[in-house]
Amino acid sequence: VIKRFADWLAFDKIGLAPKTHWGEGVDFFVYDIIKIFALLTLIVYGVAVIRSFFPPERARRILGGKREFFGNTLAALLGIVTPFCSCSACPLFIGFIESGIPLGVAMSFLISSPTVNEVALVMLWGLFGWKIALLYIGTGVAIAIVAGWVLGRMHMESQIEEYVLQMKVGNPQEIESPSWRQRHDDAVVYTKGILKKVGPFVLMGIAVGAAIHGWVPMPFVVRIAGPGNPFAVPIAVILGVPMYSNAAGAIPIVQALTAKGLPLGTALALMMSIVALSLPEIIILRRVVKWRLLGVFVAVVAAAIIVIGYLFNAVL
Amino acid sequence: MKVQVLGPGCAKCKKTYDVVVDALRQLGENADVEKIDRIDEIMKFGVMMTPAVVVNGKVKCSGKIPTVAEVTNYIATALAEAE
Repeated sequence: VIKRFADWLAFDKIGLAPKTHWGEGVDFFVYDIIKIFALLTLIVYGVAVIRSFFPPERARRILGGKREFFGNTLAALLGIVTPFCSCSACPLFIGFIESGIPLGVAMSFLISSPTVNEVALVMLWGLFGWKIALLYIGTGVAIAIVAGWVLGRMHMESQIEEYVLQMKVGNPQEIESPSWRQRHDDAVVYTKGILKKVGPFVLMGIAVGAAIHGWVPMPFVVRIAGPGNPFAVPIAVILGVPMYSNAAGAIPIVQALTAKGLPLGTALALMMSIVALSLPEIIILRRVVKWRLLGVFVAVVAAAIIVIGYLFNAVL
Repeated sequence: MKVQVLGPGCAKCKKTYDVVVDALRQLGENADVEKIDRIDEIMKFGVMMTPAVVVNGKVKCSGKIPTVAEVTNYIATALAEAE
């Protein structure tokens, strides 16, 4: 239905001819925007309601006293459903460590929570289809488990800032469990906030993506980032680090490039890097852990993403 | 009455502080409003998600910006309990 509307608007109403640069570009733009915003509204609202059942206090209770590998897996899964904002990374980390959750398990949580986020999920689902979206969740969780486990094995507890270990954390107070009405209201406020925040980036990303669809020739992308360039995956990961806040805008561009011959593994690596390795989060985490652990954290996550990138390039 | 807003100083925390001030003004209630941004102070409340609003030592919400109506509600509840 949306497709027909977009065709009608681009070709009949505005009068652009199909199969021309402008025609195809505008057609894509209209279609994608309607689809993405509808999906965003639905999914972000749904996720917000689900998350209202998983406050971090619950994650902390569940993860307390869990053994390493099992704990990492659980932490990575809980990271998906627990609400997360990078301003809360510090109190969350301290709360976890203080209650005796192993460092590696806490790290699994901190990797999975921003990586598997609802906005990236919607963009992937809307633009790449549900298979890629599921693949993304699966690899995000896998990276969180493995990287957290590796970090745990390295026994870098001495790299936690001393004050974190000495800190006395008060017992979490019982906040009244919200009513359904309350959950709904909060989810609506949250959804509006997200739409307002990522909306401009989505529009921009889709516009650039549409332009790429219409104008950039395929051989160009293939030559630069195609299977012929063995360094494409690591370069994609490095490029992703400073692009943290723009996952919503970057995904449409990546999608357009994929249609023009960018291998999917390289595309996934870029997107993972954008969300999992973000500069502000690294800076915030510096307040609770020392540089060495931070460096190893970045290296391990980057390595995991690169491996995934090569793997998918080879398999898909 | 004592109202504390917990948060390391991000945009959300500042917004929450404004909401609290707004709610108090609408109620015409005089309260001691304090902004707590030191992480060890925040942790004493056992809060892991900021921003959080604490009224008379009780954590009322955490991890979201409350609406003015919600904060009004927290304060009304606290006033009723104090009597």
